[in-house]
Amino acid sequence: MTTVRIGCGSSYAEDRIEPAVALVEHGELDVLSLDCLAERTLTHAQLRRLADPRSGYDLRLDRLVTEVITRCLDRGTRFVANMGAANPVGAAERTCELLAGLGCRGAKVAVVTGDDVLDRLDAFDDGAHSSAVSANAYLGAVPIVEALDQGADVVIGGRIADASLFLGPLAHAHRWRSDAWDLLAAGQTIGHLLECGTYLTGGNWHDPPLRTVARPWDLGMPFADVEADGTAVLSKLPGTGGLLTVQTCKAQLAYEIGDPSAYLTPDVVVDMTGVTLEQVARDQVRVSGAAGRPAPATLKVLVGSPEGYHGEGEVSFAGLGAVDRADAAAELVLHRVEDGGLVADELRIDRIGMDAAYGPATPPSGEPFEVRLRVAVRSGDRSIVEQVLAEVDALYMYGPAGAGGVRRSVRPILGLDTLLVPRDEIRPTVSMQEVA
Amino acid sequence: MPDTVSGTIPLRELAFARSGDKGDTSNVAVIPYEEELFAHLSAQVTAERVAELFAGLVLGPVHRYELPGIKALNFVMERALGGGVSRSLALDTHGKAYANLVLTLEIEAPSVEDGRPGTGVR
Repeated sequence: MTTVRIGCGSSYAEDRIEPAVALVEHGELDVLSLDCLAERTLTHAQLRRLADPRSGYDLRLDRLVTEVITRCLDRGTRFVANMGAANPVGAAERTCELLAGLGCRGAKVAVVTGDDVLDRLDAFDDGAHSSAVSANAYLGAVPIVEALDQGADVVIGGRIADASLFLGPLAHAHRWRSDAWDLLAAGQTIGHLLECGTYLTGGNWHDPPLRTVARPWDLGMPFADVEADGTAVLSKLPGTGGLLTVQTCKAQLAYEIGDPSAYLTPDVVVDMTGVTLEQVARDQVRVSGAAGRPAPATLKVLVGSPEGYHGEGEVSFAGLGAVDRADAAAELVLHRVEDGGLVADELRIDRIGMDAAYGPATPPSGEPFEVRLRVAVRSGDRSIVEQVLAEVDALYMYGPAGAGGVRRSVRPILGLDTLLVPRDEIRPTVSMQEVA
Repeated sequence: MPDTVSGTIPLRELAFARSGDKGDTSNVAVIPYEEELFAHLSAQVTAERVAELFAGLVLGPVHRYELPGIKALNFVMERALGGGVSRSLALDTHGKAYANLVLTLEIEAPSVEDGRPGTGVR
């Protein structure tokens, strides 16, 4: 195969489905890859699975199967996704069941397991996370290559690293060896650019009037035409909103990276310092120049544990003197919390519209005409959180003049920690089933 | 001496930026609109100045890396997100707005020799 066209069909667990459908219908793709997981997504999915053992996969799964996978099968486009989340096997079973009902007999669905290491966690962390509900290793591209080599039409995994979802199909199609470090680095770089979807095509970009985006309500998902030498042209469908320029690609290349000369992935250590970008046509950018070094000796494992509760209470003040009244309300709440002996793990007060984004680093500016006081609190004891928030609610009756619009919410906290585990401890497995 | 344009301007007039999160670490990429201005920005937008800008908000060190191929600076800030997205009590747990604080830095307006002044914004 000389050129492989790979598209991005999802960049997070709640991404829109319509842009993926459009890309499959009009993009003439060889592969559609979908990143469905952020750091917290898997822990939430694991909690759903604990409540119902058949669940724990992407909440969009039924729609992805009926609207996206069926179209992929019609067109010979391979579908690769980490939408299995906490239950890849359950996701594959549900996918096969739906596809059977839709008459897609013979479709080959591969499931990648081996990322879930919760039952072995004690061996890795000496029991430091005794209440953990999820522990998942970031798998690389190798099991995807294996599944596609075996003829899979659909590959479903759990915590497969975002960009590896793209590298896998490229390495399969171009026969890149698992120690061809520069090629693997090129594939990871292309995956890194694609995996955040609209971040490449005009999302997180609009800053009018400095930077405008055409039809931002209709951004297209990106795709790449990738050559066997690892160079690629990034693009989006004609007629979709947004833009794909050297500048949007630069912003995405540097997104969520640390040292660009040593970007760690499960497959390869990527050196992005030599990456260059060139606008070859409207909404088309060529990328080249990544270099690779051997993969790290360890893999990242993300551990999620319930850690009590997080509460937020907000109240507004407006008009002349709004800020003084908000500050008085904050002082009042803190007094009540102290007098009531409410000891939280952490308590924080923001004035939304003044200092909520940057706290003590907020530059001086003029006084706003309205301000929203926000009290945020964290505790292992839900009742402490609720009692603090009750003090915000009481501002209606006991607070400064004109306190209005109280909103309160409490949610459980899932604390995340990262471990590094020797890579030979993690053994991904591929199994295949055919739709009956 | 080059014929310098007097005064300072906000970084936002010459560069764009995007912030990302990994655990309790935030990164902000700062990228000039005009590649010719990379050296000018590199000289002025230092890790020390960014650390000073985020004093009290970022509790760990600030490192600066360069991506010479795309003419970008990457600032990596540790202990920057109130313990990380999963635990933070901040309103903007991901620090998506951090990039916009970096763009408030006042920098010397570039001279003709540094690049083309006033043409940055497209």
